[in-house]
Amino acid sequence: MERIDIHPTHAYKDFKLRRGRPFPFGVTLVPGGVNFSIFSSHAKSCTLVLFRKRASEPMIEIPFPDEFRIGNVFSLIVFDLDYENVEYGYRMDGPFNPKAGHWFDNSKILMDPYAKIVGGRDVWGVTPDWNNVYQHRARIAFDDFDWENDRPLEIPPEDQIIYEMHVRSFTRHPSANVKHPGTFAAIREKIPYLKELGINCVELMPVYEFDEFENNRPNPVTGERLLNYWGYSTVGFFAPKAGYAATGKLGMQMDEFKALVKTLHRNGIEVILDVVFNHTAEGNEYGNTISFRGLDNQTYYMLTPDGYYFNFSGCGNTLNCNNPIVRSVVLDCLRYWASEYHIDGFRFDLASILGRDPWGAPLANPPLLEILAFDPILAKCKLIAEAWDAGGLYQVGSFPAFGRWAEWNGRYRDAIRKFLKGEIGMVGDMAQRLQGSPDLYASAARGPTTSVNFITCHDGFTLADLVAYNEKHNESNCENNQDGTNDNYSWNCGWEGPTDEPGIKTLRQRQMKNAVAMLMVSQGVPMILMGDEMGRTQNGNNNTYCHDNELNWLDWTLSKSNADIFRFFKHCITFRKAHPVLRNKHHFRNVDYVGSGYADITWHGTQAWNADWSHFSRIFAFMLCGKHAKEGTVQDNYIYVGMNMHWETHWFNIPGLPEEMKWHVFANTGANPPEDIWQSGTEPVLENQYGLLVGERSVIILVGK
Amino acid sequence: MALNTTLETNNGITTITLSGELDASTAPLFKEKVEEAASQKVRRLVLLMQDLEYMASAGLRMLIFAKQKMGSNVDIYVVGAQEMVIDTIKKTGFHYSVVILDKYE
Repeated sequence: MERIDIHPTHAYKDFKLRRGRPFPFGVTLVPGGVNFSIFSSHAKSCTLVLFRKRASEPMIEIPFPDEFRIGNVFSLIVFDLDYENVEYGYRMDGPFNPKAGHWFDNSKILMDPYAKIVGGRDVWGVTPDWNNVYQHRARIAFDDFDWENDRPLEIPPEDQIIYEMHVRSFTRHPSANVKHPGTFAAIREKIPYLKELGINCVELMPVYEFDEFENNRPNPVTGERLLNYWGYSTVGFFAPKAGYAATGKLGMQMDEFKALVKTLHRNGIEVILDVVFNHTAEGNEYGNTISFRGLDNQTYYMLTPDGYYFNFSGCGNTLNCNNPIVRSVVLDCLRYWASEYHIDGFRFDLASILGRDPWGAPLANPPLLEILAFDPILAKCKLIAEAWDAGGLYQVGSFPAFGRWAEWNGRYRDAIRKFLKGEIGMVGDMAQRLQGSPDLYASAARGPTTSVNFITCHDGFTLADLVAYNEKHNESNCENNQDGTNDNYSWNCGWEGPTDEPGIKTLRQRQMKNAVAMLMVSQGVPMILMGDEMGRTQNGNNNTYCHDNELNWLDWTLSKSNADIFRFFKHCITFRKAHPVLRNKHHFRNVDYVGSGYADITWHGTQAWNADWSHFSRIFAFMLCGKHAKEGTVQDNYIYVGMNMHWETHWFNIPGLPEEMKWHVFANTGANPPEDIWQSGTEPVLENQYGLLVGERSVIILVGK
Repeated sequence: MALNTTLETNNGITTITLSGELDASTAPLFKEKVEEAASQKVRRLVLLMQDLEYMASAGLRMLIFAKQKMGSNVDIYVVGAQEMVIDTIKKTGFHYSVVILDKYE
């Protein structure tokens, strides 16, 4: 029997219509037609605007009949629509009264916040037609894809090794030698490289549709155009960035991105998205109206009592995340990415904003964070907070976690950096960081994997720059070097910037190795920044958000010129994967609870069993008992890590092993390659089983087996 | 521009020849042929695409539809497709599901 609700009941000009279904929001394909559903708490009326693909003028504007509104939702079905070849938007009528928070203006055509494909910036960097009345153009998507037997990988967090990547930067450089540089498709070509390196998760900097031309401006010195290159400014929360797809001009970015996720999964690599829910691309009072401002400004944004935009994001506006309506948009969005794109997890940019109430005050139990933590579709997704915001809220260690949320551990980053450059007073702090920061998390029953450990990320210096610059050099951003953080905790090893002095060069190489060695023996989840494994530099720029050039593009020739660094990274990653004792799910207890004769973790110094915790100490060492790996459930080797960040060589007495075992040398950053590191499993026996010399500013890692 | 399709079956191999443009408006024609092929219990489906000038998203979906309709033990050959069509198939990762050949003997 045929359903009776698939026939038109209304008509407008040549278009046949029917009352729509308010739910789900956005656009849904229904038998014979397309269902449109959009809400606004304050609009009086709404008009659906349809374009032929890329046309400058609408082909039809269909006012929603009054009876098609239920509550605050306008919905209708349009029959016989050639949906592959149309774009749609809305006009909203309502009060224009910014003081009261209302910005309705029916001369503007507004993008659907639920748009799953957004046209208008189809090919990266092609200058838009600024006269076009509809810049970011919602399109209608098929939500289908042949996933075969794919599903998110659900790698336990303690086993994850994250690689933070910018989609375009990864393969845009000519040396990447790929068919479609700077795209999702090109990342697929580089999967063998990622596997060789050994990471098992890529964290993609924003891939939601954004406008690279937002706030674009010429560099007055070079004439080069500065762009919104990183993309931390969302236009469409449900749409993948068309300009990142080789097929963007064909509108197939969904397929291309899904193919990337599927292929990465097939190779054992998870995908985490860096998501930006703290603000939108509409800016402040002077910004563009793209969608939210015109649809329902007072609902979507945090506003001062006078109707101005609160700016906790540092980007002009703040999304009103704990408004119940906005909260469900965020939830719908993440559910969509988890289910439709098989995304493995999310990293939330400036996540502390997500815990503020509509007036900006931090909430004790933010409903948005809670709902995400308990959502059934997101149940296996990693949820990682950048636990601070630009409004001064710093929540590392105190982010409302609901048993789920992990944190980018900013204190880990700072502690390692300071210790690495030889600052005093760091030994106690370091001991906490290397254990997965129990001082921050244990009392709240949060395990070591709460801590995403990183030394570098897209914000700030690259690893190579961390050891080559004392100060940021952001002049090319054309903001008078005022942008970017001043708290770099970096040390240039004796000369600011590039040098041919061999001693400085060697020291820098060693410092990079020291850094990754410490990172890979830390409990928690390690994250490395794209290119650090081959010594990528940004010439001292610590905030390259606006550069579509070599400052950001990964130069693949570095993998040859810095082959030693790459090799060191690779072996450290393999070592971490080979040793479960480095990947514990629970915090150490500092006691022997399996009867091995050794506590799970013990502390040492130049003398075994006697760590120097004093203020002036730059030296310490620890040993992990292999019989306590994963709380004694698996057997592993013993591991000893000695760190000498003093500028002089020191003799380290090392703890004795159970009788049948011997210490072997896995890594010694003070030795010249290839003896600086050994392939896991091939480590040579340590000559003197009672101790060894640890060179100035060096790290040694021993395996007892 | 329209789509022309012809279908021929010999020795358990069905060959569908496509010419013109494969998009949302013409995909149903192709779908009919795929269904016809599926009803014949063949062991191989060969798609001759020398004269196919354009394939939109809906066309790609038909390849997957064919794969799923025919079953996993039926190989699908995409033969002689033009560079642009092949490129689209590869960029979106659909080449993992079909066999791409220049010529089919």
